[in-house]
Formats: sequence, structure tokens, C-alpha cells
Amino acid sequence: MLNDPKNYKENVAAYQPKIPYFKNCLNAFLVGGFICVIGQGIQTFFMYVLHFSKQSAGNPTVATLILISALMTGFGVYDKIAKFAGAGTIVPVTGFANSITSSALEHKSEGIVLGIATNLFQLAGEVIVFGVVSAAVLGVLRLFIEQLM
Amino acid sequence: MIFLYAFLVGGGICVIGQIMMDVFKLTPAHVVATFVVLGAALDVFGIYDRLIDFAGAGATVPITSFGHSLLHGAMSEGHDHGYLGIAMGIFKLTSAGITSAILFGFIIALIFKPKG
Repeated sequence: MLNDPKNYKENVAAYQPKIPYFKNCLNAFLVGGFICVIGQGIQTFFMYVLHFSKQSAGNPTVATLILISALMTGFGVYDKIAKFAGAGTIVPVTGFANSITSSALEHKSEGIVLGIATNLFQLAGEVIVFGVVSAAVLGVLRLFIEQLM
Repeated sequence: MIFLYAFLVGGGICVIGQIMMDVFKLTPAHVVATFVVLGAALDVFGIYDRLIDFAGAGATVPITSFGHSLLHGAMSEGHDHGYLGIAMGIFKLTSAGITSAILFGFIIALIFKPKG
């Protein structure tokens, strides 16, 4: 009964594209792992060549990765890799830079103030909102518990 | 050796994200938000610090480390200035990441033309 609205989900299932779960995961693993290896290389460079400590080397590493991925977004390369890698390019911090740069580029035609500047955080804003809210709540809780003990 | 661990842990975190997208049908925005909250939550008991010691950039490059460093900065100021310190220190460690993202994002949007 193809026209039966009750069985809509079952009827439509045969026509939906099958998700290649294993292939997607493998691609995400390889590309995500590779980005982290590049990050490790940059971090090692900052530690041994510019004499950052293990703790402080994280900051310039993230900044360098953001510069690289913003440039790659500008050249249109990052989106091509993202199509292939899925979460492998979304989860690393490079995906954060990609979402900022791409939404700014997308709205460039609306002008520098109303286009680029107002849309910079269109997609990345949620990262900062959820990060700050969860960190503030957990920070208050942790401080409260530490003061009790 | 740290390079191998960075590859395995970083790749593993991305696979978790891919599974959340494919199996649980979450949008990339939901996945990233979940990871940020998860990173902050894992920091409460110092679990994330151990992961960073073990995997280096494999733990600092994924977006989970953003939540982790937000809470870290908040706690370091919180210990000095109490509850007000949490608001003062929350961006202490992530400042470089956010500044560079805004700066480079803005400059590159000025220079390049949108593709596709």
C-alpha cells in the first residue's frame, strides 16, 4: 500500500539513500586524525624551536590551525575536504574557523558591516554560547563544592 | 609516539562525531555543541587533562578542548577571586583561538571571493 499515510516511513525507507556508515567513519577517522597530527607537529615546533612550555604551546597551535583553515576556506579547498571527511573536518577546531570564514564570505555581498561583521558568528555562535554557559555552570558548581570541603 | 597517539585519539573523537551524525541524525551544529559541553564536563574531574597528557594535540585540536579550556580559565581565576573570577577568567585560555578566528575570518572574507 504505497499511498497509505500510516506506513509513510516504511514506504519511503526504500527510496532513501543508504548511509555508508563504515566508510564515513573511516574517512572521519583518517582526516580527523591527520589534522591532529598536523596540530601535534605545529605544537612540537612551538615547544622546541620557539621554547613554549607544554601548557602554553596549545594556544599558538590552535591559532596557527585556525589561520591555515581560514586560508583553505578562502581558496575553497576546505569545503571539498569536508564533503569527503564529514565529522573529520567538523570536530577539530579547524571546523570552527571554517564556519566563521565561510558564513562571512557567504554574506560578503551585503557589505562589510552588515554582511561580513554581523554574520561572522552566525554558525559558530552556538559553540561560544554552549561553551560559556556550560563552563560557567560547572565552574560555579565546582567552586561551591570545593569551598564546602 | 605522541604523534601516533594524537592520530588515534583525534581520529577516534571524530569517529564519535560521525556516528552521532549518521546514526542519531544530529546536525553538525548539534554535534559540535555536544562536544563543547562534553569537554567542559570531562574537565570537572580532571579526566580531560589526563587525555591531553596522553594524546597531546589529539586532545587539544578537537573542539572538546574549547569547553575544557573555558572551564580551566574560569577555575584558575575562580580560585583567586571567588565566583566573580569565573566570569573574569572564562576566556583567559581561549582568547588566542577566538581572537585569531575573528581576525583571520574577517581579513580572509575581505580578500577572497565566495566560491561555489
